[in-house]
Amino acid sequence: MDLSSQSHTAATCPVSLTINGEKRSFDLHPWVSLLDLLRGQLELTGTKKGCDHGQCGACTVMIDGERMNSCLKLAVSLDGAEITTIEGLGTPDNLHPMQKAFLEHDAYQCGYCTPGQICSAVALVKEGHAHERHEIREQMSGNLCRCGAYTNIADAIEEVMAADKAAPVREAAE
Amino acid sequence: MRHFSYTRAETVSEAVAALASDPQAQILAGGTNLVDLMKYDVAKPGSIIDINKLPLKQIDELPNGGLRIGALVSNTTVAYDPRVQERYPLLSSAILAGASPQLRNAATTGGNLLQRTRCYYFYDPSTPCNKREPGSGCSAIGGINRIHAILGASEDCIATHPSDMCVALAALSAVVEVEGPQGKRDIPFADFHRLPGDRPESDNTLAQGEMVVAVRLEGNHFAGHHTYLKLRDRLSYAFALVSVAAAMEVSDGKIVELRVALGGVAHKPWRDMLAETEFAGQPAEEVTFRHIAQRLLAGAKGQGQNDFKIPLAEKVIVRALKQAASGRPQVQSVKAIQ
Repeated sequence: MDLSSQSHTAATCPVSLTINGEKRSFDLHPWVSLLDLLRGQLELTGTKKGCDHGQCGACTVMIDGERMNSCLKLAVSLDGAEITTIEGLGTPDNLHPMQKAFLEHDAYQCGYCTPGQICSAVALVKEGHAHERHEIREQMSGNLCRCGAYTNIADAIEEVMAADKAAPVREAAE
Repeated sequence: MRHFSYTRAETVSEAVAALASDPQAQILAGGTNLVDLMKYDVAKPGSIIDINKLPLKQIDELPNGGLRIGALVSNTTVAYDPRVQERYPLLSSAILAGASPQLRNAATTGGNLLQRTRCYYFYDPSTPCNKREPGSGCSAIGGINRIHAILGASEDCIATHPSDMCVALAALSAVVEVEGPQGKRDIPFADFHRLPGDRPESDNTLAQGEMVVAVRLEGNHFAGHHTYLKLRDRLSYAFALVSVAAAMEVSDGKIVELRVALGGVAHKPWRDMLAETEFAGQPAEEVTFRHIAQRLLAGAKGQGQNDFKIPLAEKVIVRALKQAASGRPQVQSVKAIQ
């Protein structure tokens, strides 16, 4: 809910974003977060609102290829950016290898954190800074899972990382 | 979130002019702290000046072998830049000890310097807080103060500065380049952040209308003998209870030059340059390190719940100095203290 009672007449601002490969133009109020734009206006509800304060990672998406918390980004500040959400990684008929690995390893229980975990994990593999399991755990520390599926999440990522070393994982659909 | 007006600055001078002309304006870079504070109704800017299009995204070589890091370079980019990793590994390590990959990707160099305290009362507009609402009182004094300052606090504020990166920058004697209505100036890192005194609302020494444009690293790299050792309540993704950026030059088993900056213990990264010089020429061994720790903590004062930080800090300083002296810095993904 809006805290402001002194509502200045708020100008909207033109913003151009490429979302999951599709170029879109918007006129947005400057206080709209990327997360609220995705969920509220575009119905891309795969990206979840957990804490809305950058503490849980459920809202993780890729912005110009880098994982970020979409709750802490004002959409107007991203003019020209390419956004990839969980919907842009794979489809039920054509899952991203990380989505497949999460299924195979039972890397979730309630599933609420899963889209953020998967986006974060895909970025982790691409970044290439994690090699050992303890490094995977450290590099995934921005994604909390209240069900405690961490062990299986790390298993899923390890499997995709090993496969990626043999043959690099395809890029996110763009 | 409260409503605000929004402008995108195309040049630094445009951003400075907009900032200088409007005391209610705030600059938006990565947004990881400001947007959060706006959601909590702690930050209430009347207007936002978005500087994300400004050309402050490069790390440039300096003629003296140093580096100039633009204010908009992300924390991730700094941490993994091969030149930073090779010449200033202490900085790289400290950045990787903080936040999460998602936040480091969004957070900028300038923004890291300007982040606000994580004091719970500062974040809670229903409680008095001199930093948020000058003159309203300090709820942390006599309240819940486990994470609060043991050095340099005042009767008005016992908040700590939350950054890891800034602790390393303090130890490395970085220089902050700022630009304002009066032009450009350099601020030595030790003078950039301030102690709370009777003006805790002011975190730093920037004048009205001034913005950070770069951070410069010059002089000694301390690539051989350094460490960033951070202790916190969980093993990752938490603010420091106590952290130490330690660096030294050692020759024939003796300290030639010493740098120690402390995080999580004061309103700014804590350094005592006079104390550092006093230990030059002394053996680089545990007994000296204990004296250094005791000297740095001589004025420490607990607030009750954070009393434990004083003996903890002594141990962390000694341990960090041992790591630095031995040339075996803490690896941030390894959770056992080495």
